[in-house]
Amino acid sequence: MKGLFLALVLTFSAITTHLYQQKPLEDSLSDGEEVYTDFCVQCHISNGEGVPNAFPPLAKSDFLNNIDKSIHALKYGLSGPIIVNGKPYNAVMATQGLDNEEIADVMNYILRNWGNTTDTVVTEDYVNTIAQ
Amino acid sequence: MKDPFLIFFIITSMICCDAQENGPTIQTPKTQDYSYKVVVDSLTIPWGLAFIDSNDLLVTEKSGTLYRITAGEKKEISGLPPVYVRGQGGLLDVAISPDYADTGKIYFTTSSPIGEGKGGHTALYSAKLEGTTLTDTLRLYKGDYNTKKGQHWGSRIEFDQQGHLYFSIGDRGNREVNPQDIARDGGKIYRLNLDGSIPQDNPFVDNQNARQAIFSYGHRNPQGMTVHPETGAIWVHEHGPRGGDEINIVASGKNYGWPVITYGINYSGTSITDITEKDGMEQPFYYWLPSIAPSGMAFSTSGVYPNWKGDLFVGSLKFNYLERLVIKNNRVVKREKVLDSIGRVRNVEEGPDGYLYAGVEGKGIVKIIPKS
Repeated sequence: MKGLFLALVLTFSAITTHLYQQKPLEDSLSDGEEVYTDFCVQCHISNGEGVPNAFPPLAKSDFLNNIDKSIHALKYGLSGPIIVNGKPYNAVMATQGLDNEEIADVMNYILRNWGNTTDTVVTEDYVNTIAQ
Repeated sequence: MKDPFLIFFIITSMICCDAQENGPTIQTPKTQDYSYKVVVDSLTIPWGLAFIDSNDLLVTEKSGTLYRITAGEKKEISGLPPVYVRGQGGLLDVAISPDYADTGKIYFTTSSPIGEGKGGHTALYSAKLEGTTLTDTLRLYKGDYNTKKGQHWGSRIEFDQQGHLYFSIGDRGNREVNPQDIARDGGKIYRLNLDGSIPQDNPFVDNQNARQAIFSYGHRNPQGMTVHPETGAIWVHEHGPRGGDEINIVASGKNYGWPVITYGINYSGTSITDITEKDGMEQPFYYWLPSIAPSGMAFSTSGVYPNWKGDLFVGSLKFNYLERLVIKNNRVVKREKVLDSIGRVRNVEEGPDGYLYAGVEGKGIVKIIPKS
C-alpha cells in the first residue's frame, strides 16, 4: 500500500509540475521566430508571403484555419496538390525534423504574424496528440 | 569621359540597374526539340543520383533511404549509418567510386548526429555495395561541431582524374564563424584520396591548426559539383542568400569570399556586406541574380542532343526548371529553360548512355529524350 501511495504522489506531482512548466506564450513566440528564420524563411520568405506558383503564403493563409492539418504538415511533411487562398500549389514540403516543442513554437509564431490572428495557443502536448 | 551624356548615362545606369539582375537573361525557347520520360517514379526528394550502368542506378531520398533501381525495379538498400533528418539535412549525395568495377565501392554524404554535442553535421562515408546491402561501411570524414541549425549541409561528391574525391559542406547556418575559418568545418570544399586519407599536396597540410582535408573555403552552401570534361577542373555552384548564387571553378587553397563578399542580400532584404570584391578573395565564374536556388550540375558531353554538347546544366529549385548555360570564351553567353515548370529540380547527371537525367521533387528521375 505504501508503494502505491508513493506512486500516486509521484504521478500527481509529475503532472502538476508538467502543467506548471507549460511554456509562456512570450517565450514560445521568440523561440518560434528563431525556428522560422532557420527552417522556413528560405521558401515562405520573411514576410510570410511565399513565392507565387511555388511556395504558398502563410500570411493571411486560409490553410492555417485548420491548425491540426498545419501541425500535421510540419510533423510529417506535406506533398501533393493543395489550394491556398484560391491558388493551386503542388510541391513537396519535407518534414524538417523539428521536435514537438519547436513545432508548437513556430505555429504560435506563424499564427500571430503578418496579419494572422488567433486565440489558440499551440502547446507541445497538443502537438504530441497529432497522429500520422 | 568629357561627354556629359556619357557620364549621365553611366550614373543613371548605376542607379537604376543596381543589383537588379545579372545577365544573360533566362530565355524560354519557343519550340522544344526534346521530350522526357519518368524512369524512376514515386520519389519525394531525390537528392543524389549515380549510375552503375545505364540500367542500374542509385538514388538517395533525403528522408533517409538509399534505392537501387535495376532495369526499372526499385529496391531499398540496407545498412545505412544513422541519418539525421533536420531542416535541409538528411541523406544527401551518392557516387560510384572510379574503381567500382574492382572494389564495388560507393560513397555517400549524409547529415549525421554522430559525435559530441546536440544536432549534427555532414559526414562522408564509403561502403561496399553487394546487391542491396552495404558492407564495410566506413566513415571517412565527419564535420564538427554538431549544431541543431537546419541550414547548409551541402553536399555533393565528385572525383577528379587524378584519384581524388571532392565533397562539399555548407556553412551550417553559422556564416560569421565557419566559412572563413580553416580550423573549423563548414563552408568548404574538401579533397581526399579514395581511401579517405589526406592528399599530401592539399593546400593546408602544413598548417597544424587547419582541417587538412580542406581544398577551398569561403563557400555558403554548395549543392552542385561536376568535373569539366576537357579541363578536368572541379566546377561548383552554391546557393547565395537572396541573390548571388555562384558558380566557382575551385582551385587549391582559394577563398571564395562568403560572407565577406557576396552579390546577395539577407532574406529579410537587409544588407550583408557592402562589397562584392576584395583582394585575396576569388570572384565567381558566374553569379545568378535573382537567385535560382541551384542544385545539381552536369555538362552534356555526349552529342545525344543536337545543340547541347559542352553546355552546362543546373537544376533550379526555385523556378522549377533545368537551366541550360551556354559557355563561350569562359563566359556564360546564354541561359535557357529546359523542362520548364516540371517541379523543383534537385539534381542532374549525364548517364553512361549520354542522356541527361534530372531528379525532380515529388516526381522522380526523368530522362530527357531528343526528338529526332
